[in-house]
Amino acid sequence: MKLPIYLDYHATTPVDPRVLEAMLPYFTEHFGNAASRNHAFGWAAEEAVDTARKQVADLIGASAKEIIFTSGATESNNLAIKGVAEMYREKGNHIITCVTEHKAVIDTCKKLEKQGYRVTYLAVQKDGRISLDELKAAITDKTILITIMTANNEIGVIQPIAEIGAIAKEKGILFHTDAVQATGKIPFDVNALKVDLVSLSAHKMYGPKGVGALYVRRRNPRVLLAEQTNGGGHERGMRSGTLNVTGIVGLGKAAEIAKAEMATESARLRAMRDRLNAELHKNLDEIFINGSVEHRLPHSLNISFAYVEGESLLMGINDVAVSSGSACTSASLEPSYVLKALGAGDDLAHSSIRFGLGRWTTDEELDYVIEKLTTVVRRLREMSPLYEMVKEGVDLSKMQWTAH
Amino acid sequence: MAYSDKVIDHYENPRNVGSLSKEDANVGTGLVGAPECGDVMKLQVKVNPVTGVIDDAKFKTFGCGSAIASSSLATEWLKGKTVEEALAIKNTDIVEELALPPVKIHCSVLAEDAIKAAIADYKAKQEKGEPALAGAQPHA
Repeated sequence: MKLPIYLDYHATTPVDPRVLEAMLPYFTEHFGNAASRNHAFGWAAEEAVDTARKQVADLIGASAKEIIFTSGATESNNLAIKGVAEMYREKGNHIITCVTEHKAVIDTCKKLEKQGYRVTYLAVQKDGRISLDELKAAITDKTILITIMTANNEIGVIQPIAEIGAIAKEKGILFHTDAVQATGKIPFDVNALKVDLVSLSAHKMYGPKGVGALYVRRRNPRVLLAEQTNGGGHERGMRSGTLNVTGIVGLGKAAEIAKAEMATESARLRAMRDRLNAELHKNLDEIFINGSVEHRLPHSLNISFAYVEGESLLMGINDVAVSSGSACTSASLEPSYVLKALGAGDDLAHSSIRFGLGRWTTDEELDYVIEKLTTVVRRLREMSPLYEMVKEGVDLSKMQWTAH
Repeated sequence: MAYSDKVIDHYENPRNVGSLSKEDANVGTGLVGAPECGDVMKLQVKVNPVTGVIDDAKFKTFGCGSAIASSSLATEWLKGKTVEEALAIKNTDIVEELALPPVKIHCSVLAEDAIKAAIADYKAKQEKGEPALAGAQPHA
């Protein structure tokens, strides 16, 4: 077994060797510009891009013409939200999203608010999912877009996308979903889910970084986007810029592999994830899963180890790559806004660890992680005044703490 | 987080982890910080009533590596000091010793607060002749 162990597959994934192999010829041999229509170099590049477009479309039940290649999901989210807002400004100025969205959605919405748009940020319930009743209540005759992520990057909770899609359809409102964490991991069909815009990224599904896609529905309804990058009119005029052919080839191959192996891979990871969870619960008291257990990505687990601070926990398992919602591990020095939104208390956000299993995770690795984590949590609890107080019967919520 | 070797050493081999009896008139207890802020320190001193020297010091900390290291270091420094000498320990001394990065300075501040709270509790007990707990108090 090789150390360190990587269990942070939500953050990024290694490139699958089959993906890399598919990409390599496009760096050197077939280096053409896909927009060069008048020679063989361009044709080879264009053909590769067409193949990838089909592979990505197939993964989500779309047609190839509905796929726009971008630099990644952040750009896809920006293009979808700003593109719709600008294009449909005369129809309305109201957007509905949710407090646990990725910053690429939240900050895009905040920017639009400064430009006069109105945004509703739906709260989430304790399980991390939005309430469909609250969604319906938030809709006005000015609502032009609903943007709700398919699965959350921190807690892995899957939103009721099909139900939201049905509501949006009925009201004639466009529906965008950031599906970065979900595509390639769980079945996703744009027509079954009634989504109009979908953001996805290559590096979350064993493809390269720096390339992603936006699905833009072409029929029923035909979605129009105001371009956000001006230039040569690539990608049906919606996203100018010379295509990242190697990256796109990698995204396509990654999508093809994900589609072919999804069923077996997700079953394998689900069993491993469930074992990790069960063993940790067996070894340790006062640990809590953040977010819905039922509506969760198969490879995803987010646990709070009460009375132990996340960064100190990470220091103790420094040969295991995971991430924490603790303030001390974030650039902002704030605990995770996603965990705070679940309403479990900031102290549990500080104590959280996100586990993301992936294609190369082994049982042997999990055994190591379970044992190491159990030892470190026990050691840190021996050192924790909070654990001691709770064991003495003190109700921590009734204490008057000195804020600092 | 690139921690200094000293922080890592205190994290891996914390000195003086544990608890002293809160009921002991010669023990002062400081409990500072808040769980929702991500760090809580409990620091205790046991003072020799004759000499005024801190004979023993213990801590328990919920917090990041530098919070643990700051309180561990504080207990090391407290032992053998008089109460007055202990009050002279400054957070900047801890920052310097542990080479804490700027974002972790609040951990050293918390450790200084914990020292002051523990000694205030000891002094209050000596004056009143009854146990008290400085810092956090349960609501009545």
